[in-house]
Amino acid sequence: MVIAGNSRLLEILNLTLDLDNYLEFRMNPSDFVFFVFSFVTIASAVCVIFASSSVHSVLWLILSFISAAGLFILLNAEFLAMLLVVVYVGAVAVLFLFVVMMLNADPKKTKTKFSNFVPVGILTALVIFLELGVVFGGWKFSEELYINSVPSNFIIDDNTSALGNILYTNYFLSFQIAGIILLVAMIGAIILTLSKRDGVKRQDVLDQIYRDPNKSVILKDVKPGQGL
Amino acid sequence: MIRLGHYLTVASILFVIGIFGIFLNRRNVIIVLMSIEIMLLSINLNMVAFSYFLGDLKGQIFSMFILTVAAAEAAIGLAILVCYFRNKGSISIESVNTMKG
Repeated sequence: MVIAGNSRLLEILNLTLDLDNYLEFRMNPSDFVFFVFSFVTIASAVCVIFASSSVHSVLWLILSFISAAGLFILLNAEFLAMLLVVVYVGAVAVLFLFVVMMLNADPKKTKTKFSNFVPVGILTALVIFLELGVVFGGWKFSEELYINSVPSNFIIDDNTSALGNILYTNYFLSFQIAGIILLVAMIGAIILTLSKRDGVKRQDVLDQIYRDPNKSVILKDVKPGQGL
Repeated sequence: MIRLGHYLTVASILFVIGIFGIFLNRRNVIIVLMSIEIMLLSINLNMVAFSYFLGDLKGQIFSMFILTVAAAEAAIGLAILVCYFRNKGSISIESVNTMKG
């Protein structure tokens, strides 16, 4: 019975990629939300590229991330949507904003606004877009797709708990490796931006440890009435 | 009714915008980094869309790992950028030609 259900699901899935089904399209009210979010995501991604100043670019990027989080919610991935808002908007985008404001780079200094590679860029983008279309257009899902899959309503019907249930059991090693990657990134960023400037008094621990009292302290007998 | 193909279309358009942004830009490196972030976002969208339509949570797990790597990459990239700006005084892509060999 499970296999029969799976094959029915496979049929539906393979239908979803069939182009003919998209020509007769009836819109539900909830589908309107999808179109709004995807339009905002794409439009703000375009604005990221074409914005006149870097600060505007970062703000458009934030809008793009937030509307992508809306798309994630439409896909029942609430935890990832939350993560996108917290990590991307809260950390990465603000990091970008900090760097943009700290570097204070004037974009007007460069003479040309766009590079000479625009035709090549359009060509590359179009070719990759068409390739993606070709790949996904003729896509069929394998029959063995469901053997190793983890169903989304596995034990608990809650997205966050279900994710945690898998992440801390089956994918625990990958989870630890992700933590190590973050650690390495943190150390690397600190070391890269560490600067030694002259005229700043710092504590040199090794120098303090290896200091020899015999060499650094001189005893002198000062007679009364005379200086050194 | 929204199907998998709609999400794949949105994701591929986002990816292509990211690629185009890398080629288009020559003012500063920050926008190139942002284009890379857009591309990673489109990959995440792909992962989550497949995860939803196949009823398989693995896609969301790997989407989280992609998010982790993207955050690490942004941190390192921006640190390199700060270093570069300190040495050269500009972040224009045109001036990144010291490694001609």
